[in-house]
Amino acid sequence: MFVCRRCVRVLRSALLYVQPPVTPASPLPAGGAVDLRYRSVTTGHSSASLLPRMPSGRRRERRESCGIRYLTDHTEQKSASPHGQTSSSVLQQSNHKTAQGEAFKLHREASRSVSVPAAQTLIDLDAVPCPSPFEEISEEDAIQITVPSDLPPVTFTLRDYVDKSETLRRLVELGVNLSKLEQRPNVGSMLVRLDFQADVAPRLFFLKDLGVEDSQLGLLLTKNPFILTESLENLQARVSYLKSKKFSSESVAAMVSKAPYLLNFSIKRLDNRLGFFQEQLGLSAQKLRDVVTRLPRSLCGSLEPIKENLKVYELEFGFRKNEIQHIVTKVPKVLTANKRKMTQVFDFVHNVMGVPHSLIANFPQVLNAKFLRIRERHLFLEYLGRAHYDPAHPNYVSLERLVSLPDETFCSEVALASLDDFERFQKTL
Amino acid sequence: MATQAARLLRKLDGLFAVYKPPGVHWKLVRDTVESNLLRAVNSSPPAAPRFQVHFQLLSSGESSSSRELTVTATRLPALADHPLVTGPQFHKIRVGVGHRLDAFSSGVLVLGLGNGNTALESLYRSHVTRAYTLEGEFGMATDDFTHSGRVIERTTYGHVTQDKLERVLAMVQGANQKALITYSRVNLHSQEAYDLAVKGMLRPQDKSPPILTGLRCLCFDPPHFTLEVQCVNETQWYLRKLLHEVGLELRTTAVCTKVRRTRDGPFKMEDALTHNHWTADDIIPAVTHLRHATRKIRKNYSYKQAVSQLDSSAKAQSRTSTAHLENVSEEKDGSHSLYSEMSADSKQWR
Repeated sequence: MFVCRRCVRVLRSALLYVQPPVTPASPLPAGGAVDLRYRSVTTGHSSASLLPRMPSGRRRERRESCGIRYLTDHTEQKSASPHGQTSSSVLQQSNHKTAQGEAFKLHREASRSVSVPAAQTLIDLDAVPCPSPFEEISEEDAIQITVPSDLPPVTFTLRDYVDKSETLRRLVELGVNLSKLEQRPNVGSMLVRLDFQADVAPRLFFLKDLGVEDSQLGLLLTKNPFILTESLENLQARVSYLKSKKFSSESVAAMVSKAPYLLNFSIKRLDNRLGFFQEQLGLSAQKLRDVVTRLPRSLCGSLEPIKENLKVYELEFGFRKNEIQHIVTKVPKVLTANKRKMTQVFDFVHNVMGVPHSLIANFPQVLNAKFLRIRERHLFLEYLGRAHYDPAHPNYVSLERLVSLPDETFCSEVALASLDDFERFQKTL
Repeated sequence: MATQAARLLRKLDGLFAVYKPPGVHWKLVRDTVESNLLRAVNSSPPAAPRFQVHFQLLSSGESSSSRELTVTATRLPALADHPLVTGPQFHKIRVGVGHRLDAFSSGVLVLGLGNGNTALESLYRSHVTRAYTLEGEFGMATDDFTHSGRVIERTTYGHVTQDKLERVLAMVQGANQKALITYSRVNLHSQEAYDLAVKGMLRPQDKSPPILTGLRCLCFDPPHFTLEVQCVNETQWYLRKLLHEVGLELRTTAVCTKVRRTRDGPFKMEDALTHNHWTADDIIPAVTHLRHATRKIRKNYSYKQAVSQLDSSAKAQSRTSTAHLENVSEEKDGSHSLYSEMSADSKQWR
């Protein structure tokens, strides 16, 4: 696109007015911006914030073409009205907007008023008097040279903003994985709009007081960034509710680390869930607290899969109530496990391996193991003639050792064969 | 730039074989291998971050009106290059699958990595044979021909003997031989056709239905029996149906309890990796070990393409058969080595 000489001057002077919005004290007047709009918080940084005010005589200065000289003229005006480094914050926003608006308006006017003749499509640079880059200028002028910001107003990644935004910088230093968070819808915009001192720091202190480790904070925020928008009163109330249910502070910290969304749920919901477990499982209070501490995501998700799982254990598998209680206290994960996989494992262990209910209830880790592993190891032992799971038998193999041992130890101690043999056997299945 | 990750990726090029366990979908196998390789490649250190110069204004002196401005310059690494901001270096590694195995079956599954995926195309088109071990059980018939399906019929099998089974297998093999001769499009009355047939090197030229090139009974222990099958263009469902039909021919019924692929072209069971070894440390040696086989596959297919191009220019049928049946001299030297290789392989493969 070819621009006429006058428009070049206009644009150049307009660009010099477009400043990076460095220190906004007030939130953006416009409401929810859909895309990632930049709003940085640099309370400490005031480097390029010597924003010149919008002069009223803009059209007069159109005659001045090039940056530095224009600024030197401008500072002469400015010295008459000195202003500090951070005073222009509020004006800045409006100036920024008006600068952009005016620049475009001016260009449109200029292009309308001047018709570009075909012969003059080239910009005659020699006619435009530019100051030489080697020209000496004073220190103050040098500092006041403002460079237009290269931050894109709309982008798909936080990489463009992380160097300029204090919030994002501090989050990266904490260990938050921004590359994962920016893929989630609207989370990036939310993080960019946060103010570190006002929003993030109080919640981080709150989590630290709760007992969450510093190393875990990054992981927690990566999984649940919405904890930064939850109000502090709510968070305090939920923690005090849990403490009123006699969860110790260490267990609360462990629960929050394991299930980052826990404190985003209302007290009513947590109460509902705890009541459900109390009623369904019939465990004592201390045991229930232990189960919930080890599996806090049971408080977070839906109750329907848990209800289904309990029904399956009772009706389909045929476990008694006290056996289910024992299994849940030993391996809480069976509450939220996949129903189909559990059925497959139980069917194999009970029907093919011939292990009775009581023995499975004594070794519930079997229900937590992978089906493929149980099958291969059982068939190997059967091939070797060592598949005895009844404790009464002399060469008895405990189910716990069957599933939890690593391959080498299993081969050497339980199967009494080499790892090579086991692999060769795996290839015959 | 020869970064560690780039060097690792360069080694991940070629074909290798894994042993697919039964009950697992082939896509899960491919995804597991890809995620393991990605983990290995992303664990190498990232490139050094760019440095940016930051200027910071420090006001000197306590009085604000002094207007003395000191600027300090510091060189810091750009946070935009931090691994937590950029994410993992690699998101995808091209892993392709050769002849697929359904969830019920197990056995050798050929996977291609990176540029080796083009060799998979050659593997498909080169009509290599595959060897299976089928285990069956007399006395039942189910809807999906496996022992875990819905039972439709139960029969007695007391009258079945190994002799009868062998006779049925011979009949099946005869039918398949006829189909093979038809689809290999050779002139039956020529000496060359006889030579090829004797050596067992007849192959279907283009698309064909499943053809068994070899079939025999390994073990007979009623009600269980085991067959070994060498076939081309098959599916595992077809093989299970074959067992069912063998049962029907014997005036009883049979279901399939196991389908296990022991060989896929030049890829044998000894080269296949079990699921504990689906990591970069074991896959890279496997790929280098099998590069000769991979190169042979590519050469076979490219020779075949060249031959078929020559033929299409002249008279269609007779030219095709003579071109394929020529052993030694007129055409390229590659033809001789090709057939000798194939005969050596088929001897092994028998």
